[in-house]
Order: sequence, then structure tokens, then C-alpha cells
Amino acid sequence: MARKSAPDDLLAPLTVAVGQEELLLDRAVAEVVAAAKKADPETDVRDLAPGGLQAGQLAELTTPSLFAERKVIVVRAAQDLAADAVKEVKAYLEAPAEEVIMVLVHAGGAKGKGLLDAAKKAGAREVLCAKLTKASEKLAFIRGEFRTLGRAASPEACQALFDSLGSDLRELAAACSQLTADIEGPIDEAAVAKYYSGRAEATGFEVADLAVTGRAAEALERLRWALAVGQPPTGITYALASGVRSIGRLATAGRNLRPADLARELGMPPWKVDRVRQQMRGWTGDGVAAALTAVAEADAAVKGGSDDPAYALERAVVAVARASRISSRPY
Amino acid sequence: MSVWDDLVGQDRVVEQLQAAARAARAAVLAGRGEAPEGNASLMTHAWLFTGPPGAGQVTAARAFAAALQCTSPDLDLGGTPGCGFCDGCHTVLAGSHADVKQVRTDGLSIGVGDMRALVLRASSYPTGGRWSVILVDAAHRLTEAAANALLKGVEEPSPRTVWLLCAPSVQDVLPTIRSRCRLLVLRTPPADAVADMLVRRDGVEPEAARLAALAGQGDIDRSRRLAVDDQARARRAEVLRIPLEVADLGGCLAAAQRLVDTAKADAEALAETQDAKETDDLRAAYGASEGSRAPRGMAGAVKELEKRQKSRATRTRRETLNVALGDLLGFYRDVLAVQLGAGGAFANEDQRPAVQRVAGEGAAENTLRRIEAVLACRRALDRNVDPLLAVEAMTVALRAG
Ligand SMILES: [Zn+2]
Repeated sequence: MARKSAPDDLLAPLTVAVGQEELLLDRAVAEVVAAAKKADPETDVRDLAPGGLQAGQLAELTTPSLFAERKVIVVRAAQDLAADAVKEVKAYLEAPAEEVIMVLVHAGGAKGKGLLDAAKKAGAREVLCAKLTKASEKLAFIRGEFRTLGRAASPEACQALFDSLGSDLRELAAACSQLTADIEGPIDEAAVAKYYSGRAEATGFEVADLAVTGRAAEALERLRWALAVGQPPTGITYALASGVRSIGRLATAGRNLRPADLARELGMPPWKVDRVRQQMRGWTGDGVAAALTAVAEADAAVKGGSDDPAYALERAVVAVARASRISSRPY
Repeated sequence: MSVWDDLVGQDRVVEQLQAAARAARAAVLAGRGEAPEGNASLMTHAWLFTGPPGAGQVTAARAFAAALQCTSPDLDLGGTPGCGFCDGCHTVLAGSHADVKQVRTDGLSIGVGDMRALVLRASSYPTGGRWSVILVDAAHRLTEAAANALLKGVEEPSPRTVWLLCAPSVQDVLPTIRSRCRLLVLRTPPADAVADMLVRRDGVEPEAARLAALAGQGDIDRSRRLAVDDQARARRAEVLRIPLEVADLGGCLAAAQRLVDTAKADAEALAETQDAKETDDLRAAYGASEGSRAPRGMAGAVKELEKRQKSRATRTRRETLNVALGDLLGFYRDVLAVQLGAGGAFANEDQRPAVQRVAGEGAAENTLRRIEAVLACRRALDRNVDPLLAVEAMTVALRAG
């Protein structure tokens, strides 16, 4: 088995970019190409689109030319290559050409696994491009983006960006570079809010969903963001009240009702009933009572021109989250 | 029957107003070169009638207005102004006297335009040669601009102009206005006086009148409605079920929803009968006819009216809720009286068994806390808290402990 190339060796003879996160795959390819061109501006780049590698073509591409120029060959969607092409690539891996850098872009699944194994065995430098599914991974991605761009962004700003743009990495990356280009000084929550308020999805109902399931810290973060993008405080108290009320109603509704009748009696669509049932765990009658009281106080504070409506809302959110864990009287 | 008879249990106020009416008459006579009598300082140009809801502020103001226009021949023989029979008294009470203008708000706020017109009108000399009277039945509903326009009228009164302002309390009126008014505070009328009036005036059976007077807790209009209106009685019975329903959380939430739904239905019923008519009247005033182009300025006026109607609907809803809260408050006060062993009549004489039951289930401290919850709900509604949320916060507090 050949010695494995180091991850930072961009000029390694063989790189496999493994995964399905398009942006990361593209970047892995672009990094190699850029490094090669930096080393030799005359580098010849052959980026073969999926299905673009014909039988016999590889031999032709890897044959040293008269001028012995450096070459980068990119094989996209390598997991989908025809059997003949796979055979040729494997054969090439046994005896790679000098001055050729090959990049295999592979989805990483069961399909075409033999080729991937062969590449690894041949000592390929491996770049992981798996889809980022967890929020923490995406947040890390955003932080990394700003770091790469050489700018400091507060954790709240990263969170806010994630909250407002959601999951698409390309969009997140674009937003990071946009913010870096447009904003002077530190990138904070307010700056993010200014740019992306139109896309905000942090509604009062999201705050309420987090609060009634006892996730105080997350609910508070979401609340700050909702306020930062200009959500009206009254909408948040309304959402909190209706979240708590739904729990109280479902918990005290007739036990023997059929789901459709229950939904009708509660005035909620059936999917909502299921969701509220999930949220209901841990709640007691005293909890609902305490939570409603707290929300009513916040509503009064918000409407009565309190000095600090944001604080009134924060208190209510915390009170609701705590109330979801009050273990005393049942309903 | 004199104009003063409708004032229940307000002897001191009546005396004061009668003395003022006498002094006013003396001033009119003096102006005509006839011999003055009485003490002129008893009369003044601006009066502010305050007192608990339903105590009869507007009734008192109207009686005074009638007395100022009274033309009874008995006056020359030392009779009390406000005979109730002469043309002057009669037309004032009927609302058709040329020199008495009553600003009826019907729950709509009074705008600055209306008020400027009134101030202008007030400065003209009374056609009947006595007093030009402007009665504002809800001075607390003046917009700020209107209140400032009113201030101008009160500040520089024409010699024969009298302003009669009514409001729940002094605090509801701009300090600059109230400092220029003579203040009259009506007291809560005693229940037997109210019952007496219901029997005498409305022909209510004595026992029903007694219960209604107690249940009204000093609000004469409310007592009368309870005595003569089946629906009002049914509503009250429904509200007074609440203390028995709030033992579990489901009952609390259901009771709150019912209360708010009822209030909303009331507001909608009122809107149905009143709004359409007002809009039609306004269109008629602009001379608009079906299918033709809208006259200039009408669209704006209609829009303004709709805005005021909407705020009235909100207020109606709040008032219905306030009535319900008043009933609840009376109930828990009775509960407290039982728990403390206090004697005297209940507001809820007709609900004795329920009062006894709730009293037996808890201690006085719990009742005090519940009373506080009802008062807190009232404050919350005043602060515009979402009605359902405010009432829920109350019913769950009634449940606890
Ligand atoms: Zn008369």
C-alpha cells in the first residue's frame, strides 16, 4: 500500500473528494487546481463532467506530452463511471504518470465503492465533503468561512445568519462573503439582521415551540434574533400564550375522543394535535397556570410601554420554559 | 315629578345643584334689570360630574340643565327650578331644547372638529335668553386635541354659557380643564334607594327589584338592566358559574374562552345594529345616492367613522368583560363576608348556595387572593392585554389554592 498523502498536500498525485456536499466538493477541486496553477501557470486542467470519461480517453490524457507540462485531471461523479472506465482508472492508479494530478470526485456511498477503495489503497489524499446535517456543523462552517475571509464575527452573528438563511451552504458562504465585503468593523448580530431580516424565519411561534419544550437557552437566542429582525413583541406574547394554551387544552380534553373529533374540539389541525402532544410531556396544571400568568404579565409590559420590553419577553420565555418542568398538581 | 327625582341617593348633590340653579336664575333676572336674589357665587360656568359607574352623572347633569331652562310660574313664588312639567324642563329632558346641546359619545371618541364647533356655538347668546348649556357625557373620551379645544371654551366662557362635563373620576380629565371646573362627586347609591326607584319608575316587582339593586352593586343602569332584561340576567348567571368551574385547568380555559366569546358577540351585535345605520346617516348627510359618484369629502368621512366604530367595538368588548368582572368581584366579596362572619346583605342574594359552598371550600386569604386576581385582570384589560390571555391568567389564578 502506497504511503498516504498528507491532507494539506494539495499537489499530491491523487486526491479524492468524498461526499455529497456540492459546495465542499467544488472547493476541494478548486483548491487543487489553484495550487497546481500557482506552482505552474501553464498547468493544463481537464475537468471531466459526470459521464465525460470515455473508454481509452484516460490513457491519452495521461500520456506525457512533448512539453512535459503539468496536468490536472478531474473526474466528476466517479461513482457512476462505466465498468470499462473504472478498469482504466484502476490501472492508471497502479502506475500513475509523473506531472499528472488526478482528482476523483466521489459520492462516498456503496456505489462505485471499489474505485474509492483502490484510490485509498493507492495513497490518495482524502478530502471529506459529507453533507453537514447538524446545526453545530453548520455553525462551525460559518465560523470557518469568516475565519478564511479574515474577519471576526460574533457567535451571535453566526447563529443569526444560520437562523435566517437556514441550511444551504452555498447561500451561507455567499452571505459570509457578502457581509465581509459590505460591513466595516466587527460583524455582529445587528449587522446580520440588517442584511437578512427579509429572510428571517425566527417567528414568535418558533420561540414558543422552544420555550414550551423547556429549551430556555435556545428559546432566548431565538427570541433575541426575532426582535433583532423587527418581529413585534406582541406577536411573541401571542405565540407564547397560544403555545401554552394548546398544551392546557389538549391535556384536559376528553380522553375518549377520536383524533378527528379531538382536533375539531380543540380547533387545531390534526398534525398540530400530534405536535402539541409531543410538547405536552412534563407539563402539569400548575405549570400551565404559571406560564399563562407570566405571559400575561409580559403582554402587559409590552403594551404598557415598559422601559424594556425585550427583558419582559425574556422573563416570560424563561418562565414558560421553567413552567414546563413544574412537577406538582396535575390538571 | 321633578327633574331631580331620577337621582337616586344623591341628596347633597341635588341640594348643591338646586342652589346653583336658583343663583343662575337670579343672575338672569339681574341681567334684565330685575331685582337679584340669592348668592351668585353658587353658580359657575363649568361643572365636572364624577362618581362610580352608573351612579348617575349624566342624569344629574341633565337635571341641572333642565333646571337652568325651567320656566315654571312657581319659580316666582319661591319654587325649586326643575319642575319637570314646564316647556323648558320638558324639552331639555327630551333632548330638543334649542339652548342645550348634549354631546353623546355612544362610545365613540369625540374628535377635535366636533369640539371646535361646540366651542363656537357655546359663545353665541342663548336664544331663550337664559343659558347656553353644553353637556359632554364622556369627557374622558375626548381626544387630546378635542380636550384642548374644550379647554379654550372653558377658559374664556361667554357670560351665559355653562359647560357640564361628566367623567368616571377627576383623574380622567386633563388637569388644566378640571382646575377650571366645580367638582361634583356622586356617591354610590344605596341598594334600597335603587330598588325603590326600580319599583317606582320601571314597575318592577319589589322582590325582583331588591335582587337586581343588590346585584347591580350601585350601578343604577346595570340594576335596571338586570331587572328588566332576561338576557342580562342570563349572562350574569353564566358568569357566576365560573367560581364553581375553575377547580380544574380545563374548566379555567373553557370559562375564559366563553367569557371572551360572549363579549365579542356583544360587540358584534352592537356593530350590526349601530354601525350600518351610522354609515347610512353619514352618506345621507353628504347627499350620496345609490349608484352615483361619491360626493367630495365623503370617503374620508366614512373612513374616519369606521375607525371610530372599530374603537367602539373594542371598548364594548372591554365593557362587557368589565361587567362580568364586576359580577365576579361581587361574588368573591360575598364569599369573603361569609368567611369573615360579616353580616349584611349580599350582592348575590340570589346565589346564596354557591357563595356558601365556595366560602366553605377555602380560607379568607384565598378569597383575598382571588379578588386580587380579578382586579389584576381589570388592570390588564385597561392596559390592552389580549383579552383571552388576561382572562385566562385570571381564571387560572382563581383555581390555585
Ligand atoms: Zn320646569
